[in-house]
Amino acid sequence: MGIAKLHTALLLDMAADAAPDRLALGPRAAGLSYRETRRRAHHGAAFLEQMGGANVAFVGLNGPTLPVAIFAAGMLAKPFAPLNYRLPDADLNKLLARTAPSVAIVDDDMVPRLAAAEAVKVVSRSAFEAACNIHGDCEAEFLDADHDIAVLLFTSGTTGEPKAAILRHANLTSYVISTVEFQGAEGDEAALVSVPPYHIAGISAVLTGIYGGRRIVHLEAFTPEAWVAAAAAEDITHAMVVPTMLGRILDVLAARGETLPSMRAISYGGGRMPLPVIERALDMLPHVDFANAYGLTETSSTISILGPDDHRMALYSDDEAVKKRLGSVGKPLPTLELEIRGAHGEVLGPNQSGEIYVRGEQVSGEYTSKKVIGADGWFATNDGGYLDEEGYLFVEGRLDDVIVRGGENMSPGEIEDVLREHPAIDDVAVLGLPDNEWGEKVAAVIVAKDAKPSVDELKAFAKARLRSSKTPEVWEFRDALPYNDTGKLLRRQLKAEMAKG
Amino acid sequence: MELKPGSRWKSAVCDTEVVVVRPPKAEASLECGGYPVIAHAEARPEGKAIAEGFTDGSQAGKRYADEETGMEVLCTKTGQGTLTIGGRPIGAKEAKKLPASD
Repeated sequence: MGIAKLHTALLLDMAADAAPDRLALGPRAAGLSYRETRRRAHHGAAFLEQMGGANVAFVGLNGPTLPVAIFAAGMLAKPFAPLNYRLPDADLNKLLARTAPSVAIVDDDMVPRLAAAEAVKVVSRSAFEAACNIHGDCEAEFLDADHDIAVLLFTSGTTGEPKAAILRHANLTSYVISTVEFQGAEGDEAALVSVPPYHIAGISAVLTGIYGGRRIVHLEAFTPEAWVAAAAAEDITHAMVVPTMLGRILDVLAARGETLPSMRAISYGGGRMPLPVIERALDMLPHVDFANAYGLTETSSTISILGPDDHRMALYSDDEAVKKRLGSVGKPLPTLELEIRGAHGEVLGPNQSGEIYVRGEQVSGEYTSKKVIGADGWFATNDGGYLDEEGYLFVEGRLDDVIVRGGENMSPGEIEDVLREHPAIDDVAVLGLPDNEWGEKVAAVIVAKDAKPSVDELKAFAKARLRSSKTPEVWEFRDALPYNDTGKLLRRQLKAEMAKG
Repeated sequence: MELKPGSRWKSAVCDTEVVVVRPPKAEASLECGGYPVIAHAEARPEGKAIAEGFTDGSQAGKRYADEETGMEVLCTKTGQGTLTIGGRPIGAKEAKKLPASD
């Protein structure tokens, strides 16, 4: 296999050469070594090549077969497209059709959900696994194809048709190599991966784990009970979770009186972390290093990190600016450039809110439908935010979600954070509704814990902590808020429902 | 003193405050400014001053690590006393690699 450029399969190649017998995937008792992982990926590539097609789609749960398939596709220089199996059948079939011409590796029990699609060949997961597991080494040679697109990830599409983000081999390998020390993990390190295969964090976890030498244990699908059980059974040392997962994990731990003694580091990202949840986590798990990672699909995952010591400093410092950083996403990676720009493209100074722009090798900023990265390499994230004097980045949320009331820009997240501190509030969403006088007015949708607080009480609570223009004028109570399956609040869906009245 | 992860301590003689990040492998005594640290909630005793030779100071935001015992503390408030274990000064850790993020 010739290697022209850095590509994802090369990361596995390097690891398998450096530490062939080290455990790469799965449980200690029945895991795959790096050598075996590469051997299977090689057989998998030979099998996929016979099936034809330009892309490799993946419809299934987490497990060792996911990395094997990612690297097999990488060896073949075919884009790997993991699809969201939680979508309704019709939507899933629509996405699958968009991968044509392709071969799709599909969990056996999901095969019946798929309709026949032109130029899409469906292979059951068990058939793919059998093909990867043939005895002996694979003799096939693959053409020294020009590797380019590594992964196609369909965005969650909280509004409209999902877009397919393009991540090139250069983007992903640059991210991995610049943020992870090659085989730098200690021998007993193990990462529990519970984000699904179709999420950027699920892909980057595979690549960084393999390159860093940290054994990957996949949770097929997340439940807090299964997560806690796997963490204990496999002496998990590292994990990445989305904010909603962390809250549920803490509930299970509290109920059982457990504290994850083997765990060394938990990173979180993929949405705004409610302050009470992270404060509770720091308090319950003082031996764990917490890191808040901010990134987008279009940036190959993390672009900014709030590290463990920043978390502790925020908790224990007397300095208000330092305390506030628990709500930040830390500092941008040193391998990236990051700027805050105003409405006319001008670069803004500290503590001025604008749009977050980022530039660097890991940034793709590209969809199959259009390129949204500038000729100069700068990518507009469509996230609002600001940097403080010391360079800590505060993310205020999607620009489309910013409420503009009488010319004043307000971040829903800031208002939500305040309301969440109210003891009777379990969950909250803030959004803008059309208003004849002000353009938009602030609305709060509240999920109460037990006893429903009165609107007057909530208003007074908000007014005491926010400017009066930011105090919600519309209050609604609900039993639950709509989230997608990776914990993102479907704010625009909520907004549309509320606007209808 | 039980130096558990997450436990908070302060100097008996200066403004230094720390939180334990990694506990010592065996029983150890943490001092600052020449005197054993006291629990964060305790009041500083009056009339004591930093002992001679223990005035290198501590800096908020820095990690102090001791190779011999494996103990690491994070300084959360800057002070004028030197952090020591059994009288042995512990140094500030050099810049660390990026934390794991996925």
